[in-house]
Amino acid sequence: MTALAVSTAPSRWWHSRAAYRFMNHRLALLGLAMITLLTLACVVGPYLLPYDSLNIDLRARFAPPMTGNHYLGTDPLGRDLAARLLMAGRISLLVGFSAMLISIVIGALVGVVAGYRGGWISAVLMRTVDGFLSFPSIFLVLALAAALRPSPLMITVIIALTKWMEVARIVETEVRSLREREFVQASRMLGLSGTHIMFREILPNAMGPIIVAASLTVARAILLEAYISFLGYGIQPPLPSWGNMLNGAQQYLASAPWLAIIPGAAITIAVTSFNFIGDGLRDALDVRNDHI
Amino acid sequence: MRAFLLSRLSQSLVLLVIVSMIGFVILSISPGGPLSQQGLDPGMTQADIARIKEQLGLNRPLWIQYLDWAWRLVQGDWGHSFRGGTPVLTVIGRHVFATLLLMGTSTMIAIAVGTWIGIRGATHRYSLFDYLATAGAMVALSIPTFWFGLVGIYIFSLRLGWLPAGNMYTIGDGSALNYLHHLILPSIVLSLVHVAVWSRYMRTATLDAISQDFVKTARAKGVSERRVLMKHVVGNALLPMITLAGVQLPSILTGALVTETVFTWPGMGRLFLDSLNYSDYPVVMGLLMFSAVLVILGNLIADIVVAIVDPRIRLA
Repeated sequence: MTALAVSTAPSRWWHSRAAYRFMNHRLALLGLAMITLLTLACVVGPYLLPYDSLNIDLRARFAPPMTGNHYLGTDPLGRDLAARLLMAGRISLLVGFSAMLISIVIGALVGVVAGYRGGWISAVLMRTVDGFLSFPSIFLVLALAAALRPSPLMITVIIALTKWMEVARIVETEVRSLREREFVQASRMLGLSGTHIMFREILPNAMGPIIVAASLTVARAILLEAYISFLGYGIQPPLPSWGNMLNGAQQYLASAPWLAIIPGAAITIAVTSFNFIGDGLRDALDVRNDHI
Repeated sequence: MRAFLLSRLSQSLVLLVIVSMIGFVILSISPGGPLSQQGLDPGMTQADIARIKEQLGLNRPLWIQYLDWAWRLVQGDWGHSFRGGTPVLTVIGRHVFATLLLMGTSTMIAIAVGTWIGIRGATHRYSLFDYLATAGAMVALSIPTFWFGLVGIYIFSLRLGWLPAGNMYTIGDGSALNYLHHLILPSIVLSLVHVAVWSRYMRTATLDAISQDFVKTARAKGVSERRVLMKHVVGNALLPMITLAGVQLPSILTGALVTETVFTWPGMGRLFLDSLNYSDYPVVMGLLMFSAVLVILGNLIADIVVAIVDPRIRLA
């Protein structure tokens, strides 16, 4: 809104009503605390643990949790599970977060253009969105992953390509209602270009729904990475991810159940936290949304 | 209404064509191409591979191969599996029943349990039950289906020994009871996410219906509260659920894919992953198309059912 900036006293975001409402949403605060803890643990934790995640010790295979300094036990190669879990968390959280950023950019771009331009552009874009939303994309994603044997970056892009549609739909709805507002009409009368109005005037005002969609998209992206990696087509060992740690765990379910239970619990905690945060943000920013 | 259905159908057909093209390109650019499996066979010479390519028509330009494949597909010739040469449709046909059995059972569980939780949450709004159901639904949506399956197997099969850990039936025992016994755990696992989705939607839909004028009218007439709830509120709230059942199909298929993997369930999801592992591209491509058609048909049926049930929409 640089062109029309009216001088106002700088308002601090933590004094806003939205921040107040968020701080009163108990589940969202719990989610935020858990994600902060989890991220910190994944970033700092590996330096504090006595074992390296790649250190193979065949004498200490299948040690159950709390054996000596192996707090979460060891895997079939005697690698420390706690170290692996935290290193895997780095990958899973990074992939989830990056995939979210890419899908938000694509989704916001498509949503703003479709919502502002309307007409046939909107029709073509939104029918494409509908189409791909109603398609079992997991089959296509797995075929693509199997064909390319992709790097973590490619996995991230593939995940982003299946998650941008919901963002686009949310942004489009918001922009369509913003388009008719006075400040947009005023900008149009001032002769500002369509691009300027879309990205400088409308987009900042659609940030609420985008932020909510972002936190829910991180949750879905982490979950999808886990699915693909669990099936063996995602992040490839020796690089650990929460999903691929579960990949071989089923055959040891009877003898070493912790190999399956612990990484899955980490996924569930991370995804639940992002969903709680998203729910809190939705209430705080007063975003109407019939998607879950 | 007919115009609406026609436009939906044509939209779906366009999507089907695009998806088939993407799938076709993906599989032909994959390393080794459709012949990667034969390429690994040490007894094969370059000349042999060239001959097979000639026979299968793989030396032609890609778009001609695509058109040829699509034309055969329309005529019902979906190609032959690289493993044993069985027609693709026959291979898929052997696995359809298992997947539909699993999906059907878990959808019924999800609808029954989800509807009940949703209605109770709406009629007892802001109660402890409602609060737990809301938080529980969010946790349920966050649990990876395959992990829930593993935990279920660990508890109910390995620890307690109550339920089988996998397969659709015990070999040599084809009784319905045996199928049912094997069906319990995977169908509950697959239904978890959908119980959450259904209960959230049902809660919203019930709350919407409760505040409608016809409910006030019914109450004013002295209709019992139970009858108001069952006939007026739930009757109206269930309508959007039919559409939801169609919309949920892709996600149920995704869930079925991993559930079948965990429970060694002989359905289409397992077939897809097996075929992907063996680079059995005709079957992979066939399943891609088959699942797309299944989802499109499901959505179409949901639209038609809504049109029939809802008196406000008339089929022209």
